[in-house]
Amino acid sequence: MTFEAIISKLKAEFGEGLVVSIDETASPNCLEVHADRLVETMEYLHQTEGLYFDSLSCITGLDNGPEAGTMEVIYNLYSIPCDHHLMVKVTLSRKEPVLDSLTPIWKTADWQEREVYDLFGIHFNNHPDLRRILLPADWEGFPLRKDYEHQTYYRGVKVAE
Amino acid sequence: MFDNQNLQQSEPQKFKSEDLKSEEMIVNIGPQHPSTHGVLRLEVITSGEEIVDVVPHLGYLHRCFEKHAESLPYNQTLPFVDRMDYLAAMNSEHAFVMGVERMLGIENTIDKRIEYIRVLVAELNRLASHFIALGTYAMDIGAITPFPWMLRDREHILRLLEWASGARMLYNYIWVGGLFYDLPVGFEERCLEFCQYIKPKLKEFDEVVLQNKIFVDRTANVGILPADLAINYGITGPMLRGSGLKFDLRKVDAYSVYPEIDFEVPVGKGEMGTLGDCWDRTSVRMLECYESVKIIEQCLTKLTGDHKRTRDFDPRATVPKKIRPKAQDFYVRAENPKGETGFFFRADGRSDIPFRCKARGASFVNLSILGELSKGGLIADMVAVLGSIDIVLGEVDR
Repeated sequence: MTFEAIISKLKAEFGEGLVVSIDETASPNCLEVHADRLVETMEYLHQTEGLYFDSLSCITGLDNGPEAGTMEVIYNLYSIPCDHHLMVKVTLSRKEPVLDSLTPIWKTADWQEREVYDLFGIHFNNHPDLRRILLPADWEGFPLRKDYEHQTYYRGVKVAE
Repeated sequence: MFDNQNLQQSEPQKFKSEDLKSEEMIVNIGPQHPSTHGVLRLEVITSGEEIVDVVPHLGYLHRCFEKHAESLPYNQTLPFVDRMDYLAAMNSEHAFVMGVERMLGIENTIDKRIEYIRVLVAELNRLASHFIALGTYAMDIGAITPFPWMLRDREHILRLLEWASGARMLYNYIWVGGLFYDLPVGFEERCLEFCQYIKPKLKEFDEVVLQNKIFVDRTANVGILPADLAINYGITGPMLRGSGLKFDLRKVDAYSVYPEIDFEVPVGKGEMGTLGDCWDRTSVRMLECYESVKIIEQCLTKLTGDHKRTRDFDPRATVPKKIRPKAQDFYVRAENPKGETGFFFRADGRSDIPFRCKARGASFVNLSILGELSKGGLIADMVAVLGSIDIVLGEVDR
């Protein structure tokens, strides 16, 4: 199914207001939705016949920096039986980055969301087990934020310059 | 002295012993344990010999790949890509380079000889990676001998790749727009000799290990993974194919020169037990080795025939002086020995440094199913399941 067909199918189901923006320079083409409508959109994309995005390949967190004041979470979807791709994006405020978890739809979201939480401090509602995954639990700050400055000492060991 | 207080603050256990039932206990396996294949700690809740839950603790090998990638130009990130899946560096390089080339729009200007060399070295590396997977897996199960066999045969591949690139494991050989260097003179002949040497060895391994009664008893009907659950968990690579789904990105995406090459995609059939058990996954890796040898031979035919070396061939001729893609979001994926390796790039169009570079490690995603597969089994079965996932901690932690 082409990108246009997917968009029109979504608009027919949820109305014009669902799609915030479309980015056709992105590869695969990217669709932006509101953070509070993410779960219902994803559920629809996952279960509807003809769309059937059964695989969530990649979740990427992204920080646009303090001037822009926004963060993004980008989902790369792929449908194995239909062989089509889609990129779905949500923009969050940097002050309060909160998002609903996709673990009820895809189990793979569990660890990938934990990683986004760990490195960006984006909080996922309804996540069954939101702990840091790569860094120690008592590490200060979120390293992939653009204004991150690492601590000087960790447990008495000097952190490298 | 061991200070439990420190551990509880830095990497706390998910379960507390006071919350467990009276017959249950917490057993820590790793981070330094041969069967965890690297620095991975498993918090195992056991009830006698039976496993109630497994909680993997990662991050002991976290080397901040994504943070580094945000401060380095694309071509200088390549050595870091090598160090993610250090058993199959060529494959990761190939994926990364392919992504950058597509962003620049130069993927069709690459010389065919370069593409064939890329596929050749990537498949050699896939063989090397599968050899480690199979050898260590046999050792996990209790067979010592196959491991040195596989290391011996892998060493032949590493020497070939060292001859081409100068390094045993971390090559920086595939460059954006070209290669570090053409193949050394005589490489094709030596590589063909290696193919002749390896085929009977593969057969021998197949007979001695995979058909072995003890091995079959330890792996058949253990850790059964149905295909729908695998897809929901984002599992890719030999693990997904072991569950019977014929899904290989080399065929599906048909990248590089793979569409010009004739090879099969082996899938699990549940020959020894149930479809999707540990034996099936191992057997898929074994069969993929034969296919890789087939691909290598076809590449060599092309490299000595249609695209043979010429005096004026320069693999660096198409390497761009400045790598500055247009502003865009880009996701690229490729079939690595462990599964789908993906890179997400955001280029801002103003600099030759990516604004964001995310690596999707196949091992990281595949490992997340360990708890689900091991629950209710025995501790020994958990070791069998973990080995059949085939993880590299460099890629899990990145």
